[in-house]
Amino acid sequence: MPIPTKQVTKETLVAEVLQLKNAGWRIVTATCVDLNENEFDLIYHFDKDLQMEHLRLTVPKGAPVPSISGVYLAAFLVENEIQDQFGLCFDGLALNFANHLYLDDEVATTPFCKFGVVRKTAAAE
Amino acid sequence: MAQTILPFGPQHPVLPEPIHLKLTVEDEIVVDALPALGYVHRGLEKLCDIRDYNQMVQIVERVCGICSKIHAMCYCQGIEEMMGVEVPDRAKFLRVIWSELHRVHSHLLWLGLFADAFGFEALFYQFWKIREKVMDINEATTGNRVIVSVNQVGGVRRDLSAEQLRWIDAELKVVEAQVRALRATTLDDYTVKKRTKGIGVLSSAQAMELGAAGPTLRGSGVAQDMRQLKYAAFDRLDFQPISYPDGDSWSRCAVRYDETLQSIDLVRQAMARLPEGELSVKVKGKPEGEVVTRVEQPRGELLYYLKGNGTNNLDRCRIRTPTFANIPPLVVMLPGLELADVPVVVLSIDPCISCTER
Amino acid sequence: MQAILDFIKSSRIKSPWLMHFDCGSCNGCDIETLACLTPVYDVERFGIVNVGNPKHADILIVSGTVNHRNKKVLANLYEQMPHPKVVVAIGACGLSGGVFREAPNVVGGIDKVIPVDAYVPGCPPKPEAIIDGVVLGLQKFAEKSLA
Repeated sequence: MPIPTKQVTKETLVAEVLQLKNAGWRIVTATCVDLNENEFDLIYHFDKDLQMEHLRLTVPKGAPVPSISGVYLAAFLVENEIQDQFGLCFDGLALNFANHLYLDDEVATTPFCKFGVVRKTAAAE
Repeated sequence: MAQTILPFGPQHPVLPEPIHLKLTVEDEIVVDALPALGYVHRGLEKLCDIRDYNQMVQIVERVCGICSKIHAMCYCQGIEEMMGVEVPDRAKFLRVIWSELHRVHSHLLWLGLFADAFGFEALFYQFWKIREKVMDINEATTGNRVIVSVNQVGGVRRDLSAEQLRWIDAELKVVEAQVRALRATTLDDYTVKKRTKGIGVLSSAQAMELGAAGPTLRGSGVAQDMRQLKYAAFDRLDFQPISYPDGDSWSRCAVRYDETLQSIDLVRQAMARLPEGELSVKVKGKPEGEVVTRVEQPRGELLYYLKGNGTNNLDRCRIRTPTFANIPPLVVMLPGLELADVPVVVLSIDPCISCTER
Repeated sequence: MQAILDFIKSSRIKSPWLMHFDCGSCNGCDIETLACLTPVYDVERFGIVNVGNPKHADILIVSGTVNHRNKKVLANLYEQMPHPKVVVAIGACGLSGGVFREAPNVVGGIDKVIPVDAYVPGCPPKPEAIIDGVVLGLQKFAEKSLA
């Protein structure tokens, strides 16, 4: 059984997150799941009075995703982590460690992907 | 005034663990702080590819040594929810007993380290001396002092005899009396208050916006505790979250001091209401589906996202630990402080770096 | 002059200063190492002092697995310590990588980066075992400094 989530798109993500923030939700974290050769699932978890709300964004690999760290500053850490581990790039990160939050140059690969990806930033497109 | 960048860590006397902070200072005042992580990163979430879902219990226990029992409990609850396993009542109560004992030892450890951060070495030693009694209970009942491997998917591995329960009760009486005796020194002492009152203030609005968790959140006046979710046997225990309104280092210390006594009380309640019955149920099948579970760690809210694909190995095991959530508040708290107060504020969120980086 | 040097040599063996570095451990070994310094176990009664500065230290206690980032810090700390020096590796992770040996960002045990003189097994080892390991390290230290 999948968890109940609300499907969002790249275009609506930031607006949806802003709406949740204005309604008093606290960001818990975000999760990245490697689905297959072409896609990632990004799940954003929010909490309000012990209730949870999840947003799901399915994105193709190799394409940058808008960052929500402009709405919730706290998201910068988890987005950097996903950048490190999955090679997914976030556009407009408040504090960008550029794939070096955890990993040094020796580990230039994306260790958490079952299927390889090439890192691409918005500038490279 | 020219700005200077000071490195704080990774090897720093006040920190038992390596975290690196780049502090930009003007004279003695911190104006900016930038965390640099990665000194303890192992990438253990990835091990779910090669270890099956039963072996992962031992892996997640080693995310963090101080709250290993609670990590394993959260993971097991997730797998049990995914597979539709109902855990026996006795196992639920035993899980509460060991997890609250863990909280007592973790908070005593922190109270000691915090005292050390503001230079009160005698208090540090006192708390660690008291803590050894709790470690003895852990060792006598599970066979190990720190990593108490009592959880398994479907229940617990070990039982507590009536004799052991009486002994734990007697030991906890001593622990409680000793902790209570230190209340005035920890919370009312003039020097301690000078070092902690009004230092590193985080308002409740800031705490909510920055996603703070645990005592950092409750120290800012937000009474939210995952134990209110009534997981394990908490639905049958009397529990109210503890919060203090001021949002400074003193409030966070007071929350943890009170929670130490509260956890001792919860252990007693659980021991008094411990039902007879089986310790575990047999688990059949393979995990499939998605699940999100949350429990309260000594440092705050712990979240596991687990995804099974119908094989023995999980597709994804995502661990969001409380210190990970408390790093952004820390970055906001540091600017404006004097350099000498930085260790106190860093310690006041109870940083657990091995949790943060996994 | 020689008498003074001999005196320093023998004094160092009697009162070794110890530095602890957490190299990616789960904290279990660290809190047990710290527990050694506190009243119940109290290694300070043997003249052992915990210091934070590598240039003051005779013994380096390391716990945890080495990863690609902290191996540089570890090598750097080891280089900074004056001769003679002794390294004690604590816990299953420090010995071989332990349960994490197959994780993506793990290099392996401490001895992949710096030479180790004493190994203390356990997950985590009890404080008694850590004291035992340090005593074993001290014997090596005596051999090295009198050599």
